[in-house]
Amino acid sequence: MIAFEHVTKRYGRDFALEDSTFSLERGKIYGLLGPNGSGKSTTLKMMAGLVFPTSGNVIINGKKADRKTAADVAYLSELDFFYPSFTVNDMLKYSASQFADFDRTRAEELLDFMKLDRKKKLKQLSKGNRGRLKLVISLARNTPVLLLDEPFSGLDPMVRASIVKGLLSYIDFEKQTVVIATHEIDEIEMLLDDVIAIQDGRILAIENVEELRETKGLSILEWMKQIFEP
Amino acid sequence: MEEFQASKPIYMQIVDKICQQIVRGDIKSGEKLPSVREMAIQSGVNPNTIQRTYSELERMEIVETRRGQGTFVTEANDRIVELKVKLQRDLIKGFVNNMIDLGFSKEEMLSGLKKYVEEEEI
Repeated sequence: MIAFEHVTKRYGRDFALEDSTFSLERGKIYGLLGPNGSGKSTTLKMMAGLVFPTSGNVIINGKKADRKTAADVAYLSELDFFYPSFTVNDMLKYSASQFADFDRTRAEELLDFMKLDRKKKLKQLSKGNRGRLKLVISLARNTPVLLLDEPFSGLDPMVRASIVKGLLSYIDFEKQTVVIATHEIDEIEMLLDDVIAIQDGRILAIENVEELRETKGLSILEWMKQIFEP
Repeated sequence: MEEFQASKPIYMQIVDKICQQIVRGDIKSGEKLPSVREMAIQSGVNPNTIQRTYSELERMEIVETRRGQGTFVTEANDRIVELKVKLQRDLIKGFVNNMIDLGFSKEEMLSGLKKYVEEEEI
């Protein structure tokens, strides 16, 4: 579903990602884990076709990633919304106009699920509710790939829990490949099939969460402490 | 959301939990278990993990999956009695091993257990 072939991304002299080759399967939830500045966001943006590799290939759903990749990929940015004067409803209408696969019925259902007020302006929403709305918009699309960049960042435990529940309720598990980039793993350990550890622009390892427990007796947190160099 | 131990696969921890609920009678024989998705949402766990839990319970012959209907607790009560005995044995084994580690003799173990049960009026 997602394949990186010797992908390198350089910003000036710095490597955001260095000669990385790996592939991610359909129907799995991946955690892309690493400290700040490790290359998580760049990797995710390359999967979304928003950033292009300096060398190597990024293949999404059988095609080389480019600007059209947005049709196959729902991408939740770590950044905030652009239009603070939009209402929740405006945001929904706008998203529906941008993406042919946007499911209005599911979006409405998700708004109820997240208890969001449709008439509120984005600038009036709490940070937690803006986080919830971003998830609503990502989950309302029918895409083979769902990418979430730091969906929990700066949100309180209640909001985090509702986001986890939203994901479990609305991801299409047979068909979607989900990648969640985060440096906070407490909330999502139980959600993940596999973890990808990234540091200093290098993919250190990809492991199955249950296998780590079965063969090494390690939780993700313990495994990360071993694998990440101080 | 639930807490899980780090050292044991999550799917097995959920197997253990469901077995306990069945033995206690919280889930009755013949009862339908939640769908994989429902159970995933309830416990905050990846559905692939729950699928593995259900497959393991099936392998243990504690549940059966009926095509198009869902997963049900076995109606074979002898299987549930067996399970209860097995859970008891596992606990006793853990207790006995701990006692041996601490250097207690067989007699001390038994008298200690007897004394505890009587004093605590269990």
